[in-house]
Amino acid sequence: MEIEAPLYGEGELPRYERHILLREIGGQGQARLKRARVLVVGAGGLGAPVLLYLAAAGVGRITVVDDDSVSLSNLQRQVIHSQQRLGMAKVESARITLAGINPYVTVVPVETRLDRTRAADLVAGQTLVIDATDNLPSRHLLNAACTAACVPLLSGAISQWEGQVTLYDPVNGAPCLACLFPVTPPEELRVTCTSAGVMGALPGIIGAMMAAEAIKEIAGAGRSLRGRLLLHDALWGESRQIAIHRTAGCPVCGPLQKDPT
Amino acid sequence: MTTIDILYFAWLRERIDEPRERVLTAAANVAELVDELCMRSERHAAAFSDPASVRVALDQRLADFSASLRGVREVAFFPPMTGG
Repeated sequence: MEIEAPLYGEGELPRYERHILLREIGGQGQARLKRARVLVVGAGGLGAPVLLYLAAAGVGRITVVDDDSVSLSNLQRQVIHSQQRLGMAKVESARITLAGINPYVTVVPVETRLDRTRAADLVAGQTLVIDATDNLPSRHLLNAACTAACVPLLSGAISQWEGQVTLYDPVNGAPCLACLFPVTPPEELRVTCTSAGVMGALPGIIGAMMAAEAIKEIAGAGRSLRGRLLLHDALWGESRQIAIHRTAGCPVCGPLQKDPT
Repeated sequence: MTTIDILYFAWLRERIDEPRERVLTAAANVAELVDELCMRSERHAAAFSDPASVRVALDQRLADFSASLRGVREVAFFPPMTGG
């Protein structure tokens, strides 16, 4: 008789006690977290809290992708990195921090910039993909790869004092990125962290929301952000949620749509 | 004429320098409202210089610029954010 390998390492389970106590997660939800494979693209402002909380939550395998290295201006908000790691690849710095938080999680650092082939390879077999990138071309690449592979894409983005979060999942009725934002704005209108600044705690707020949505999605708890875009304005202390829908004839997810609305 | 609350997000808020304003308008649809807003100031015109890259929500539901404003109380304009 074949004996199945134990899901948890020796002494691992007690660290998840506070999640297991939650009715909406429980032992089953925690086991789903442990079995999950999550791809996090971007180990910067948003990636930092996402990675920290997912590793702490015991997500079994986390692949982290980034081609950048730690610089001084990152440390105002990218709390997964540190002064001692200036110049180090962000994915390696992230791996070190996550190993310190939860040695039972497998972290796969991938130091690369996304292209179409790499995106398809990285997305394949993932339970959930998390978009914590800092540019629209990468976001659209990831959206196309996730749509093609039918993997849900949890996406967060920030701008100065504001953030957006949603779960793109066209195969399950929610829009994809190209449904919601079919037009890439001209360069002069785009606001990036580099050109326009960003309040340091903002990626903490939006990234923690993303981590919460990821934990819910994997554990099967509550109501996801499928079909809803959350907008948060930290400067004015206001949030809005917008009901969003698929676009008929979307060039990216259109072929998947049986019943576009 | 009806009174509508307008909300601006991201670069729209930054350009216009207000997160919201209340306007009295005769616009029948979103596109007409944007034309009216562009007349309010150079800041508004700059914010809407490329309306195709801005999305709109009417009473918190995604809509097109051709959508009617009849009965609408809140119009939110938001572009894609890119930062991470």
